[in-house]
Amino acid sequence: MHGLAAHWSGPDMSFNIVDFLFSLVQLTTFDYLRAVWEGDMSPGLIEAILDVIAILTVSTFLLLIVLFLIWLERKVIARIQDRIGPNRVGGRFGLLQTVADVLKLLTKETLTPAGADTIAYNLAPLLTVMTALLMWAVIPFAPNVIGVDLNVGLFYVLAVSSASVVTLLLAGWGSNNKYALLGAFRSVAQLVSYEVPMVLSLIIPILLARSMYMQELVLAQTVPFLIVAPLSAIIFFISALAETGRTPFDLLEAESEIVAGFHVEYGGMKFGMFFLAEFVSTLFMSGLFATIYLGGWRLFGLERLETFGPLLGLIVFFIKMFAVYFVFIWVRGTLPRVRIDQMLDLNWKFLVPLSLILVLVVAVVDKLIPAGAGDYYRAGVHLVSNVAVGFVALELLRRHAARQRAIYEERLVRAHSSAAEPEVMAEAAH
Amino acid sequence: MIQQIIFIVISFLTLLMGWIVVTNRNLFHAALALMGSFLGVAGLYVLLDAGFLAAAQLLVYIGAISILIIFAIMMTRRLMQTSETPFNNQWVLGGITSLVVFAVIAYVVLQVFPWQPGAQPFGAAPEVPGAVLEASVTQLGAALVSVDQYVLPFEVASVLLLAALIGAIVVAWPEKKE
Amino acid sequence: MLADWQFIGIFLALSPIFPAAPVIANWLLGPRKPNPLKQQTYECGVETVGDTWIQFKVQYYIYALVFVVFDVEAVFLFPIAAAYDQLGLFAAFEVVVFVLILAVGLGYAWSRGALEWT
Repeated sequence: MHGLAAHWSGPDMSFNIVDFLFSLVQLTTFDYLRAVWEGDMSPGLIEAILDVIAILTVSTFLLLIVLFLIWLERKVIARIQDRIGPNRVGGRFGLLQTVADVLKLLTKETLTPAGADTIAYNLAPLLTVMTALLMWAVIPFAPNVIGVDLNVGLFYVLAVSSASVVTLLLAGWGSNNKYALLGAFRSVAQLVSYEVPMVLSLIIPILLARSMYMQELVLAQTVPFLIVAPLSAIIFFISALAETGRTPFDLLEAESEIVAGFHVEYGGMKFGMFFLAEFVSTLFMSGLFATIYLGGWRLFGLERLETFGPLLGLIVFFIKMFAVYFVFIWVRGTLPRVRIDQMLDLNWKFLVPLSLILVLVVAVVDKLIPAGAGDYYRAGVHLVSNVAVGFVALELLRRHAARQRAIYEERLVRAHSSAAEPEVMAEAAH
Repeated sequence: MIQQIIFIVISFLTLLMGWIVVTNRNLFHAALALMGSFLGVAGLYVLLDAGFLAAAQLLVYIGAISILIIFAIMMTRRLMQTSETPFNNQWVLGGITSLVVFAVIAYVVLQVFPWQPGAQPFGAAPEVPGAVLEASVTQLGAALVSVDQYVLPFEVASVLLLAALIGAIVVAWPEKKE
Repeated sequence: MLADWQFIGIFLALSPIFPAAPVIANWLLGPRKPNPLKQQTYECGVETVGDTWIQFKVQYYIYALVFVVFDVEAVFLFPIAAAYDQLGLFAAFEVVVFVLILAVGLGYAWSRGALEWT
């Protein structure tokens, strides 16, 4: 939104359809409209109108792309599992399957369970979508397309995403259902736990870029941070999986244990809103990963081309975002669900200590690199230190696994030697 | 002008939510209202051009402290069967305390910004240059670790957090039975 | 600055529209014949027994507490990371001390078994 205003500096511009279309290609439409409206309206009003246009465009786009994302997910998962997936509604590829699903949800009866806390019950689906949308305000789509480049950019994302945890509590509490409440509490325990490694791992890109502005985080990536700080990227990815409640961390809706978790009592579009928010925030996590670890809209300087640069940046960003999203689906198709104790152990006894150590190592190593060092030299040193930390962590993990295995096998042997006692057997299998 | 209206609306909502917190009998609704109140304070920080504080307020108070409070509520027994009023016989004392605090704050504010006859109560706030505000976050970061500024409070803060963590575990977590 | 946050404010004001519109459409299009039997809450095969809002165990509280501590720590570390250009090696040392003090807390919780899901 900001910048590039110099292109359209004439005060008495009138609307011109050719210029307008050209500005669409250049992604400078807002500068163009600003120049056209200048003088007719007060600057504050112009900015407010442009903000509204931007918000409506992005939000509508997100809601529509979810239709595609659901189809994509079902199709890819089906292919991984050697099935065909949606293939009836809307041609051979079942492209309109999700549209049909939405129509079905729209014609469902809206029920409120008996004894529900009506305020909390109805507020939860609203707030969950609101927080999922609000996070997109600071994502840079292209060199000159970003909702607003706040000086606390990445920190704002974390703040909004942590506030979204509250909606689960609202839903679980409001439903007057034991499974819902239990599911909500487990989910919240999971989300707040995994927020720690996520927050800590995100300190590292900020430390490397020396800025919280999202655009500066992109600009600092002469070498993508995935290569400079691979360990931070991996920790972020794992916690993003947990934060969005996706397999292998989908205990939030473990069908076999707590039916569907916090939204068991929701039906129709209210349920649809939880579904929607989940997909919007998963896509957001992909976009965030693409922005801070894969260089966002950057690709070998292509985005600096005179005419099509911004548009290319947008396309590059989307390709990167969907590539990360594909990995999310891929993980879902590959890994089984973990148990809740395993999940919390993984977080508190592995990811949190690891990310704490990683923050310290990166902070110290960064200061040890001579001030005048080039980007590639700097990146190389960070990469080596990251790999070293990762190697040590994996070695510790391997030893831990070997120890656990030994304990388990010993128990199995004991159970076999006294096969007459079935309860020992059951305990060993536990 | 618009800023003033937004300020009044946000302050009103913050105070209203605070009122609900102390008067509502439903503990969960009180906790929700507390979150609303926190959100209002975050809005006030934004109006004061303190973006980092606003985000920190959202992250720490709504995303963490409120969750902690709700978990604490859920640890109590028979939480939905309480019939007592939220008022006990200490409300007179509490009222006097808050009046005194209000008087002190009002006194300090009037010392810094003396009331002048004919002054516009809702006049425009002084403009702060954008560059100063843009750099405020990095200045804060540098001040936290610089020796002649806040390095001691910064390190003490971590000791305080450590004490809070250990204290809570000692209180809430039962001794291990071997 | 305030102009930056204006975008967030407008977004916050507009964002309820997007979830509210489908829910209202659902309410208009769907049938509306509630009855007490339909509105029963779900429970595994039997009728719901007792109060939903039961007492939860202390484990949740401990997790939330450790989370609060590290969240506050992160709030301190973010501006320092953003200002890292202006800082010397000594600042890195201070950060190390700050983080290690908190790591002691994590170690204590771990050794007391407070991080164990029981």
